[in-house]
Amino acid sequence: MDPFRTLTAIAAPLPMPNVDTDQIIPARFLRAGRDGGFGRACLHDVRFGPDGEPRADLPLNHPAVQGAQILVSGPNFGCGSSREEAVYALWDFGIRAVIAPGFGDIFYGNALKNGMVPVVLPEPEVAELTARLQAAPGSRLTVDLDARTVSDEDGVARPFAITEFARRRLLEGLDELDHTLSLLPEIDALEQQMRRQWPWNAGLPSPTPSSD
Amino acid sequence: MSAPLTMFEPLTMFEPLTMFEKIWRRHTVTEDDDGQALLAIDRHLVHEGSARGFEILARRGLKVRRPDRTVGMADHIVPTAPGRTALTGFQRAALELFQRNLDGAGVRAFGLGDDRQGIVHVVGPEQGITLPGMTVVCGDSHASTHGALGAYGLGIGASEVAHVLATQTLWQRRPRTMRITVTGDLGPGVTAKDLILAVIGRIGADGATGHVIEYAGPAIRALSMEGRLTVCNMSIEAGARAGLIAPDETTLRYVRGRPFAPAGADWDRAAQDWLGLATDPGARFDQEIRMDATAVAPMVTWGTSPQDVVGVDGRVPDPGQADETRREAMRQALDYLGLVPGTPIEGIPVDRVFIGSCTNGRLEDLRAAAEVVRGRSVAPGVTAVVVPGSTPVRHAAQREGLDEVFRAAGFEWREAGCSMCVGLNGDIAAPGERVASTSNRNFVGRQGPGARTHLMSPAMAAAAAVTGCLTDVRRLIEGRTG
Repeated sequence: MDPFRTLTAIAAPLPMPNVDTDQIIPARFLRAGRDGGFGRACLHDVRFGPDGEPRADLPLNHPAVQGAQILVSGPNFGCGSSREEAVYALWDFGIRAVIAPGFGDIFYGNALKNGMVPVVLPEPEVAELTARLQAAPGSRLTVDLDARTVSDEDGVARPFAITEFARRRLLEGLDELDHTLSLLPEIDALEQQMRRQWPWNAGLPSPTPSSD
Repeated sequence: MSAPLTMFEPLTMFEPLTMFEKIWRRHTVTEDDDGQALLAIDRHLVHEGSARGFEILARRGLKVRRPDRTVGMADHIVPTAPGRTALTGFQRAALELFQRNLDGAGVRAFGLGDDRQGIVHVVGPEQGITLPGMTVVCGDSHASTHGALGAYGLGIGASEVAHVLATQTLWQRRPRTMRITVTGDLGPGVTAKDLILAVIGRIGADGATGHVIEYAGPAIRALSMEGRLTVCNMSIEAGARAGLIAPDETTLRYVRGRPFAPAGADWDRAAQDWLGLATDPGARFDQEIRMDATAVAPMVTWGTSPQDVVGVDGRVPDPGQADETRREAMRQALDYLGLVPGTPIEGIPVDRVFIGSCTNGRLEDLRAAAEVVRGRSVAPGVTAVVVPGSTPVRHAAQREGLDEVFRAAGFEWREAGCSMCVGLNGDIAAPGERVASTSNRNFVGRQGPGARTHLMSPAMAAAAAVTGCLTDVRRLIEGRTG
């Protein structure tokens, strides 16, 4: 995972609440796999009409926001299924940070694990940023993970919260799995203790014959 | 040596704990000041969508650390047409890869030829693979279902699937806690599905984000295990990380004798331990919500989020009357659903009915639907399917003759799988078709591009099938019970 420190980039507005993972990548595109073009599939039915033509009235489709690396959206972004392909689709579309008043818990974790920064800002601040981006398509925002701020082109910095655990991993591009593998002795010790105390929670025994 | 205690001090030392906290503490390998913890995982349930997790593992040269705690189940992409003879190239390749991954790792699999095959969240509890007090993870968000047994069930992404395969642990930030206490009794024709839809309607699709919900109160205690599984299943639709119900005698009756459940002396010890998981009196929750079950009607969704829900005796809401922040989203939802504000919910015509899913594909669900269908016929122009949640459910239903009830009425009786809940297996609706569905998500395009989904209980879906429109099931069951 590449480290993430500061990103200054075009920000695209997607002023919708509850943008679920089925909208971020509809199930029919999962069959082809990532090589099949997850970037094109990203938000497909939001960006394109039933005729396959781009929706002209969608701010995300404005020519000035093409190449956007920051997405600004509504509450509960990424709710729904646990499909990590939602993060892959956004990534392949070019998105490196998403700003919203809140995220689906699983999506939030999936984003962090792929080096994408989910930024939680209060709803009024997100609404204000969205209005600015709609009024001036192609405007840039800066996400500064060191300072934990989102700044606009006027230099107004808005602080956001992120756990130190997540921040450190993003800043240093650390691999969570490597860190956990270094803790295997502690994991073994807890498992042994659990096996003694709750033996029925250990590995699956040979099953008794199914009644079916 | 510590100083002697006064007679009052032992009382102050006792810290009342929530059920969640008890499970969390048991499984914590390490936890930092930020509440970030490494949790030991008791059960890892994998389905065909786990290929990416195995791929990450192979790329790193790592092995599955605890194959005996991992179980594979084919459900998401399997065809459900009787006989399952027509596998697409995609299905065949995905199922073969899945089996290769499991065989290579020495992981037990319930594949298409297995009598125990079915939807992961139906099979886990049904086989006793999931037990109270466990941590259970699955690369599927509806892992919250397992909370009905008093297990901490977590949906995870592909990177986390790989992490659990490699280490049998998972990094988690300690969630906040919410207790939803439901008093009163559910009325005739009102089910666990209606109750959880009412909860989501009340708190919103993100009302429990960052929280674990514990469901409590007389109305929850009165639910069967199947009903509890339905409630916990849809916790994720309220944004929750997980849903939990404390183990009680209902839980013990359900678990006892299951193929993978403890037996003999182990059973006695386990049962005692499980009952001790209940939240201690005086334990504090970050949020407390109270609801009255008597106020819940049969519920139907009208929009594109499970929070867009109303009683069947209600009307399609008017965005103009809504909070300003929700107006545009409501307008878009109604436009997608092809609904006009003020329209009575009863009488909205349906094209297709789906009874099944990890929310409502259990035997009790099929019985409830069959009770409505018995002696009636699917309305002209309606396609109706029943997809049991597992092969054992299917066989049990057939032993009771439920399949005959459905077939006689004009329903398709299918094999077990996720089917129309997720558009990955060929079971989808056509654009513009209106679906009465017992599944858990009414998102845009969830059941096929342009498909219009209304979520409801199995009894309500059955009522829609035989009348051809959204119908208050209470009128169809009057005089049929007692």
